[in-house]
Amino acid sequence: MNDVQLKNPMYAELDRVIDSYRDAKGPLIQVLHRAQEIFGYLPPEVQQFVSQRMGIPPSKVYGVVTFYNFFRTVPQGKHVINVCLGTACHVKGADRVVEILREELGIGIGQTTEDRQFTLSAVRCLGACGLAPVMMIDEEVYGKLDRAKIKHVLQQYAS
Amino acid sequence: MTRRLDVLVCSGAACVSSHSAAVRDALSREIDENGLSNEIRIVETGCMGPCELGPVMLVYPDGAFYIHVKPEDAAEIVQEHFLKGRPVKRLLWEDPEARRIVEGKKQIPFFAKQVKVVLRNCGRIDPENIEEYIAADGYEALGKALTQMARNEVIQVITDSGLRGRGGAGFPTGKKWQFVASATGETKYVVCNGDEGDPGAFMDRSLLEGDPHTVIEGMTIAAYAVGASRGYIYIRAEYPLAIKRLQIALGQARKMGLLGENILETGFSFDIEVRMGAGAFVCGEETALIASIEGERGIARVRPPYPAVRGLFGMPTLINNVETWGNIRHIVLNGADWFRSIGTERSPGTKVFALSGKVKNTGLVEIPMGMTLRELIFDIGGGIPNGKKFKAVQTGGPSGGCIPEKYLDTPIDYESLKELGAIMGSGGMIVMDEDNCMVNIAKFFLEFTSDESCGQCVPCRTGLPRMLDILKRITSGNGTMDDLDLLQHLGEMIIETSFCGLGKTAPNPVLSTLKYFEDEYREHIEEKKCRAKVCTDLIAYRIDEDACRACGICAVNCPVGAITGELGKPPYIIDEEACIRCGTCLEVCPFGAVHVLSGELCNQDKREGSK
Ligand SMILES: Cc1cc2nc3c(=O)[nH]c(=O)nc-3n(C[C@H](O)[C@H](O)[C@H](O)COP(=O)(O)O)c2cc1C
Ligand code: SF4
Ligand code: SF4
Ligand code: FES
Ligand code: FES
Repeated sequence: MNDVQLKNPMYAELDRVIDSYRDAKGPLIQVLHRAQEIFGYLPPEVQQFVSQRMGIPPSKVYGVVTFYNFFRTVPQGKHVINVCLGTACHVKGADRVVEILREELGIGIGQTTEDRQFTLSAVRCLGACGLAPVMMIDEEVYGKLDRAKIKHVLQQYAS
Repeated sequence: MTRRLDVLVCSGAACVSSHSAAVRDALSREIDENGLSNEIRIVETGCMGPCELGPVMLVYPDGAFYIHVKPEDAAEIVQEHFLKGRPVKRLLWEDPEARRIVEGKKQIPFFAKQVKVVLRNCGRIDPENIEEYIAADGYEALGKALTQMARNEVIQVITDSGLRGRGGAGFPTGKKWQFVASATGETKYVVCNGDEGDPGAFMDRSLLEGDPHTVIEGMTIAAYAVGASRGYIYIRAEYPLAIKRLQIALGQARKMGLLGENILETGFSFDIEVRMGAGAFVCGEETALIASIEGERGIARVRPPYPAVRGLFGMPTLINNVETWGNIRHIVLNGADWFRSIGTERSPGTKVFALSGKVKNTGLVEIPMGMTLRELIFDIGGGIPNGKKFKAVQTGGPSGGCIPEKYLDTPIDYESLKELGAIMGSGGMIVMDEDNCMVNIAKFFLEFTSDESCGQCVPCRTGLPRMLDILKRITSGNGTMDDLDLLQHLGEMIIETSFCGLGKTAPNPVLSTLKYFEDEYREHIEEKKCRAKVCTDLIAYRIDEDACRACGICAVNCPVGAITGELGKPPYIIDEEACIRCGTCLEVCPFGAVHVLSGELCNQDKREGSK
């Protein structure tokens, strides 16, 4: 399987990543981070590839992937909306933000819109508590959210 | 080339999200166009503190502090201030108390009461430029330790300083170093805990983003003192900017011979690697963190043996928190007595807090230990906005507790906060006002901890969800008074029998709210009332007949079509059964005709409605 996979540039890159960690101790999580960057998520084939290449039992790779919240096993929408559910945002109405997004997009936390434009997910504290409530779309952080601002921001991404 | 002015533009996380980069670009363009680029330098710094007012910028040496700066303001700032020496008054921070315009940073109460030790460089230097760090006495402490101090002398000064771990528990740092120094192993490791798990805190992140070398220098000094050859900085993957700046800083330090082989030609070698976490709260716990660096699932391990004896890869390991590391170089340079002159007898030094929630000046602050909660929240924080009443302050995140108004004069130190059933924690400090429901807050933290339990031991894995069920019952109006005893018992049992610190502290938010806000719990149970009108099962939306002008806006916006009425013929009416209590109508009604009820009134109406 490897030869076929290695023709795929994504697998080739992952292979180089694994190589670069050859001398590091306990690099599995770091490799999975890079794999997720490359593929966008960690489907079984990618986990299997990592397991084989690193000589780590598949059960262990799977165990690590499922243990940590940061790793995803399903593909994401084009834009990922991370709503902050940290304490500061909670006391300033993060629940409302989730509710408004649900109304606007028709999806809840952990779901992706049918057109694959948006995935809604939750994070804990984006470090911008001063601007609570806060959400992050892809890499951009939006603070002091209310209904009008959320609508306005979503419009910029809808295409 | 002599520079006349340094313009420090904050590029902390909050300011970046309020578009500080566009401000920087505009300023830089104006400075160029006016031929000032030799005289004026723009420096991008870490968080300056008052994040809510961002983008913020500070002009040195005159100390003018600008807030809410927009790119459009750049021309005026350059023309008026930089060319003519007249600071742009409308953009200066206005002291809300005195209603006068504050020009100098020192005169602003938010800054005046703070004592910056750990954050000294944060917001003052360019974190991506090691030269600036060095110009601010950077790596001097490392030089001093390596060339003038024996290993045990370094440990001694840390011990004498009385520094205690800033990661939460407050364990004496010198003692921990001593343990590692006297442990034996092929290699030893030094680890920086940058997991910052408290979901509402950003102190460690700000320090790593704003002054990464301080942490690196602290770790390197420790490595020398305890005889370690390798270091790891474990940092949350959610902090990409901090990771980037650390990588840059590590590279620069290596290049200058401050890290790597034969540091400062002393024969001492030490290097640091950054390891990303992957989103698991329990990984902030030191043994789980070690498992995670090793590439395993983050599951806590039995202590003893403590990491100091058998830690990372089975070797003696020194773990300290980011902020603890941030204190080291200052202590080595200035001595134990200097450090003890700040703070209190048993809690010397300063503490950094991420102040947020219902407080006017949110942001990053550093205060001497022993300052009262009141001073921090009301003097530095500026009190509660919108004329609301203070209700509680939460410290210690999911392991901590809520402190009510009557204890606001408690000094901030490890023992005093613990006595109140809260803890110092790592520095999250969230202020709550009368619109926050304490039962809901307890439920919020329990949702978090039961979600984050690693599942290894029974009390934590099954006990926390049981407590959560009870809280859900109470907030939905189905609780009984027996539930309060049950919560207390379960909480105490989980604290007693859990394996690691997560379970041993997770019941604290419930126990502390039960202790100080039992009346709110009772109201939820006995009167089906949530006084803060937060718990959706206990509230009802109602349209005031007299105030309603029948504009129909609420009906158009209601997501479930629960509002009926005829245009121009008041009142509109909400169908109690269909309403999902989303609050939209309240938000959109231009006449303030929608009200929220809870308790007696709404129950009575509900009963009448169902007749
Ligand atoms: C559930 C749990 C979470 C923790 N999270 C953190 C954390 O996010 N950051 C931290 O520095 N310490 C955290 N700690 C404390 C660490 O276990 C450890 O005591 C600390 O890193 C030691 O450093 P210090 O002595 O410098 O405080 C946590 C402990 C527990 C039990
Ligand atoms: S107390 Fe909770 S987090 Fe800690 S070991 Fe037990 S189950 Fe895991
Ligand atoms: S609270 Fe929401 S669901 Fe209920 S009537 Fe108002 S808009 Fe409709
Ligand atoms: S709690 Fe939301 S940004 Fe910190
Ligand atoms: S991020 Fe700019 S003041 Fe905090």
